[in-house]
Amino acid sequence: MVAANENTVGLSQAEYDHKLGVFEARINRGEKIEPADWMPDDYRNQLIRLIHVHANSEICGALPEGKWIPHAPTFKRKLALLAKVQDEVGHAQLLYRAAETLGPSREQMLEDLISGKSKFSNVFHYPAETWADVATIAWLIDGAAIVNQVMMAEGSYGPYARALKRICYEEAFHLKHGYEMCVVLATGTKVQRAMLQDAMNRWWEPIMMFHGPSDKVSKHTSLLVRWRIKLKTNDEQRQQFLRQFVPKMIDLGIEVPDKSLRLDKKTETWMYDDPDWSVFKKVVNNGGPVSGERVEARRLAHEDGRWVREALEAAAKNRPIPMPPASIR
Amino acid sequence: MTDTQGDVYEVFHQQSRGDPHIYVGSVHAPDPEMALLMAKEQYARRQACVNLWVVPASAILATEYADEDIFDRATDKSYRESWGYKTPKTVRATEDGESTNDED
Ligand SMILES: [Fe+2]
Ligand SMILES: [Fe+2]
Repeated sequence: MVAANENTVGLSQAEYDHKLGVFEARINRGEKIEPADWMPDDYRNQLIRLIHVHANSEICGALPEGKWIPHAPTFKRKLALLAKVQDEVGHAQLLYRAAETLGPSREQMLEDLISGKSKFSNVFHYPAETWADVATIAWLIDGAAIVNQVMMAEGSYGPYARALKRICYEEAFHLKHGYEMCVVLATGTKVQRAMLQDAMNRWWEPIMMFHGPSDKVSKHTSLLVRWRIKLKTNDEQRQQFLRQFVPKMIDLGIEVPDKSLRLDKKTETWMYDDPDWSVFKKVVNNGGPVSGERVEARRLAHEDGRWVREALEAAAKNRPIPMPPASIR
Repeated sequence: MTDTQGDVYEVFHQQSRGDPHIYVGSVHAPDPEMALLMAKEQYARRQACVNLWVVPASAILATEYADEDIFDRATDKSYRESWGYKTPKTVRATEDGESTNDED
């Protein structure tokens, strides 16, 4: 494992500048950076932060939808939802592996999520109150995530980009299934249409914040773009999302719950009043409506699985295998 | 904190018989059998798969990217390639019957 700053300690300024020049030239040529390559500490730390948050978001993202599996309205929906939730947990595993290539261990990252030391996406701090929330999440939040993930899949760090290629393949199913669920509700009974509109009303603000603070206030963006960790700024991603999804929402007869949203015909740009970023900040710092519930669910899952991890380890080392705890025997 | 992560195994996936096994990623597992099980869950949920390999990451010896010049060709090796040879589309003897072959 490479220590966080093993690559840069003991270098003179001139040596560092030379290495940085070679590194940036490689990125500008579109080459991928691999785990054993030299990289600036900032590049490593920013990537660890981003991939860690991304992995946390996948694993927490499974929670609001997972809760709905027993209540899915049909068997077909239950199968699809089970598959999607399994995918999201799998995405987390892929991403924790990608982050591990930069230093931190999976166990450490999982514990940081539970202790509140590391964050997860703002949208998963809100509850999924009705079945229409499940449809809205799968269509619009997966849709917003795909805008982000397709971009990140072209990024400069090899293991992250490769994990994202696999992830995007599976997201295509989440998005299509989500859209189909929304179409069914939008073309259904009056009650179903009202339910969908209600879900959209509650989810719109969190979705507008999903891609992160506006470029005017985002402190990381320029370095991330320069090193091709990100290829688009937060506002550019949000704009792409709006261009892609607002016309479809209107087509479904959904009233977009944002009075400030309007299309500038000349530039084909959606204009909107910036959301209140202090809300975003509070929510991602575990101050959202169900932040505590999410972290607690994650903690319980981690504890419930402990005996499995320990049993596997014992079996591999030919030690007596511990019994599962009485509560689940 | 006890470390129950186990070792890292690299995963190779074969889409149909006769295809090469392609590297797809890695898993943590305490032993090779569990690694196969994890690899099946993680990498064989979707696309067709007829066979999986898992290899302990520690068993892989790799060249350094920094040394990639070891793959540079020291000399022109075009004589090893089919494109290193040019032949005319049609071959006719010249009018006076003399060969144009420069190897005469
Ligand atoms: Fe995902
Ligand atoms: Fe998804």
